[in-house]
Amino acid sequence: MSDLAALQTGLELFPHGISRYAVGGVLVGLGVVVIYVATGISAGASTFLESTLSYVSGQSRFQQYVASRDWRLVFTFGIVAGAAAYALVFQDGGWGAYTTAVKPWRLLVGGVLVGVGTRVGKGCTSGHGVCGVGSASRTSLVGVATFLLVAIGTAQLVAALGVTP
Amino acid sequence: MSDGTEPERHPLFIPVILVGGLVFGVGLAHSQMARPEVVLNFLQFEDFGLVFVMFGGAAVTGIAYAVVPRLLHRAPLTGDAFERRLKSFDRNVVVGGAIFGVGWGLSGICPGAAYASFGIGNVTILWAIAGMFLGAYAQGVWRSRTTDAEPAAAGAD
Repeated sequence: MSDLAALQTGLELFPHGISRYAVGGVLVGLGVVVIYVATGISAGASTFLESTLSYVSGQSRFQQYVASRDWRLVFTFGIVAGAAAYALVFQDGGWGAYTTAVKPWRLLVGGVLVGVGTRVGKGCTSGHGVCGVGSASRTSLVGVATFLLVAIGTAQLVAALGVTP
Repeated sequence: MSDGTEPERHPLFIPVILVGGLVFGVGLAHSQMARPEVVLNFLQFEDFGLVFVMFGGAAVTGIAYAVVPRLLHRAPLTGDAFERRLKSFDRNVVVGGAIFGVGWGLSGICPGAAYASFGIGNVTILWAIAGMFLGAYAQGVWRSRTTDAEPAAAGAD
């Protein structure tokens, strides 16, 4: 019985299993490691926002990223192209078969807050979450705990208010 | 922090960055994190699988941060020393993290996942990408002013 109960709990916590998540996470980590081993650089995804803005804005805040803006553009292009290749080969219905049902206002307003928060907070899910946690950085552990807990509270509140999706 | 822009870059520098990005993007697409619905399901406790994306990624980088510096003295393409990703801690980490958390919880989107989401053909995600650029620009304008107004200020990060 206890085995069945454990299995039941597992199915409830992980209705889609864990394989696709774990394999995907390992690949994300490997992408970071390829760059790290060759160059010593810990690449995160959110710096691209400011480094790319330095092409079109003279604001002093963005100038510190002028030196890295070209390779950050290449890194982001790689992310887009890698995901596109994956969808072409493996996605049900092929490339473009999925578009999100999450409402545009949630994406836009949420996106603005993500843009502010990741840059003020010195990192995002990849910079703090994958590189920083992998570095056992206390700053990143605090950052991850903060954005994870606040995100859980926000998502639960929005769902409780009846906004779907 | 290295930015990889020594006067003469190794010819393989940009190709390696591209390969790293490609693998990163395949991983985000396979993990389903490129779908905001999956992220929101995780944050609403309906599917805890997403824990394994960040944990799996951090486990792999953790091994690399521990092992690579013992095997190689310097990074072959840049000549830079291997360092862990460490940032100074201050109030901004918590304030920014909380703002990011509200945005992530509202939209189900973080920067890397948004780029990958565009890659899989989810054009609706351009709303979020436009928002992220707007937000990054707004904080840049604001912080450029406050930093410029304090000539003696030490670098915040």
